[in-house]
Amino acid sequence: MFPKGTKRKFSDAGEEAVGGGGGDQGPSAASSSSSSAAAAAARTLTSSYSLQRQSLLDMSLIKLQLCHMLVEPNLCRSVLIANTVRQIQEEMTQDGTWQIMTQALAAAQCPADRLVATEVLCRQTDPAAQAGQSPKPFSVSGVEEGYHSEEVVMDGDVETEVTMSSLSPASPHASSASYLAGPFGMRPCWEEEDDDDEEEEGDCEEDEEEDSEECASEGEEAEQDHLRADSRTGEQVFGTFEIKHPAPPPDPALDELFSDVDPSYYDLDTVLTGMQSAPKMGPYDLLESLSSHGPTALSSSSSCRSDLNELDHIMEIIVGS
Amino acid sequence: MFQACHYYHFFYTPLCFYACFIVKHFVVLSCKGLLHIHTCAHTGFPLGLADIISTVEFNHTGELLATGDKGGRVVIFQQEIDNKNVPQFRSEYNVYSTFQSHEPEFDYLKSLEIEEKINKIRWLPQKNAAQFLLSTNDKTIKLWKISERDKRPEGYNLKEEDGRYRDPNTITALRVPVLIPMDLMVEASPRRVFANAHTYHINSISVNSDNETYLSADDLRVNLWNLEITDRSFNIVDIKPANMEELTEVITAAEFHPHQCNTFVYSSSKGTIRLCDMRVSALCDKHSKLFEEPENPSNRSFFSEIISSISDVKFSHNGRYMMTRDYLSVKIWDLNMESRPVETYQVHEYLRSKLCSLYENDCIFDKFECCWNGNDSVVMTGSYNNFFRMFDRGHRRDATLEASRENSKPLQVLKPRKVCTGGKRKKDEISVDSLDFNKKILHTAWHPQDNIIAVATTNNLYIFQDKVN
Repeated sequence: MFPKGTKRKFSDAGEEAVGGGGGDQGPSAASSSSSSAAAAAARTLTSSYSLQRQSLLDMSLIKLQLCHMLVEPNLCRSVLIANTVRQIQEEMTQDGTWQIMTQALAAAQCPADRLVATEVLCRQTDPAAQAGQSPKPFSVSGVEEGYHSEEVVMDGDVETEVTMSSLSPASPHASSASYLAGPFGMRPCWEEEDDDDEEEEGDCEEDEEEDSEECASEGEEAEQDHLRADSRTGEQVFGTFEIKHPAPPPDPALDELFSDVDPSYYDLDTVLTGMQSAPKMGPYDLLESLSSHGPTALSSSSSCRSDLNELDHIMEIIVGS
Repeated sequence: MFQACHYYHFFYTPLCFYACFIVKHFVVLSCKGLLHIHTCAHTGFPLGLADIISTVEFNHTGELLATGDKGGRVVIFQQEIDNKNVPQFRSEYNVYSTFQSHEPEFDYLKSLEIEEKINKIRWLPQKNAAQFLLSTNDKTIKLWKISERDKRPEGYNLKEEDGRYRDPNTITALRVPVLIPMDLMVEASPRRVFANAHTYHINSISVNSDNETYLSADDLRVNLWNLEITDRSFNIVDIKPANMEELTEVITAAEFHPHQCNTFVYSSSKGTIRLCDMRVSALCDKHSKLFEEPENPSNRSFFSEIISSISDVKFSHNGRYMMTRDYLSVKIWDLNMESRPVETYQVHEYLRSKLCSLYENDCIFDKFECCWNGNDSVVMTGSYNNFFRMFDRGHRRDATLEASRENSKPLQVLKPRKVCTGGKRKKDEISVDSLDFNKKILHTAWHPQDNIIAVATTNNLYIFQDKVN
């Protein structure tokens, strides 16, 4: 459940040793926690309960993220699931389990493909609705549903001294935390529904690539930041992130070019591109690019080119040629 | 007892059932499967999702029964009254009209499909020879006129019988065309299209008792329409937060009061019902009454909120009560008491321990409807495994019946079913674990006067009638 070496704060009277840490860690953690558990009589957190709660959280996050695609997702269902997630999060915050989990995640390492998992699962909705939401420093523009290539940028006031660490693949908590970054890092699925003015973005493949690349890496940082912000309520966390895209004006020529392409391919594109390109972008590159807050921040043309090659390769596989 | 067997050409077998102990003895009147293993005779579509029934509604006299399906079609059945004075009274429902109400659309701005599935049908009270109904999908409401034609004109001066124009030089005499009888033809024509007023998915429509206006409700807003005016609607409820990230509650159903044209209610996903008076202000964001039952702390779980979400709200015919359906129960509220319902009926309490699995397979989000009988003494709602439940309010009795063809033999009696909740399973009982959660009855309707009920399983429509002894 927890990465090696991390002491649990709560335990069920010292039954199960912390995973992997070895015998010493287990009993000592157990003994210390049993006394603290005795002290904290109001809320005894049994491991089965917390396991159940965790699996419920994971399930809910998956449900939220997989709101597809062709038809608008059911808003009522999304809201109910989000409320459940919020409820679990609040309870975990009260228990202190949230702190533990986020700290564990911050301390652990993770290869980039874990972030990819986040990206894959972050089937982002149409954030066209976000245009016209609360005023933020960045321009917000609409992105067409099929591409979900928006970026996520931090709010100005979020501290940037986040240590870029990745998550341990061995840790199931890590996976759930990466899932967490999903809905909290991106707008909830229902954000697409808004009749405010929306800008339509041209289907620019390059932009997509860059965006998804950014998205993957930013997802990581967003996640880290989110984890830091664990003390905030769900609402605040929701509000931390905003879709930013320095949209180029829609290019009618490009539109025509891509008009007959099945939009679902673009989903796959961005996903796969994210997969391929994420490892190439180091965490510190990301910080630099973020701090400049401009379209030029997305410069990584060399990686773009190689990404294009890989993209072609992948497309070939998909098309089966 | 219920009787009536009626063959409908693309499916069903005549079934007569007989239930022993509940208030009334229900017998299958007819089973109309809109889908069969063969192709659907009306549309020629092969077996598919298009024929999933999505709404069922009797008209105000009960003579007509309308069903809507996932393919955007509306099928209207008409009651054929053989002879009401005969003790073995059988009334059959035959197909009266079928038409395509809504077509699938594509929202290019959002790159999303707009489903053609009919969410609700509501009949207008009849004013003349024609019948009118409102049907809605997620975004657009349409007013349909269903009219009969049983005469046609014959004897035109300038046209031949086949429609060709005659040479004016050949016309020597003037005659008056006469109307001659013809085979009954039922025509459905769209008279109004009320579009572009809803950003979110429409879940309810309700015709006002003034017969001039109606409301339509989506997840976040309720709009008021005039039946004659299609390019304008008034927004009377708006619960959309300024910041969508703060959204925690949606509207799940709305209905006008049956007699008071200024009163309507809307239910929410948090288990509350708000009654609003349109005379108070133009925007009814502030409710006149808030109906909410305090939560039972012993039942609290992570799923408490989800199962408290109200899936349907219906006023009683007399206008004094309203009924709400949440996931596990049916509650009857007195409009004068907001603090708690006056009656609560458990529909399938045995599912409370299975909520996690039901959450996993999304069944916990199923929206069951409920309905009153004509004199508000019995309420009915659906459940899983093709079961449906009836609660007799006066006698405090309830029954579980099943709508399925497999368990039906001709001239058999509708047997009450029982779900075994634990321990030893008695004969004929069904254990909770063997319930089929794909077989759900979400839509039921009760004839406004007689004891005739329409129960929709996924693909089939069952019509049961109380047999008059």
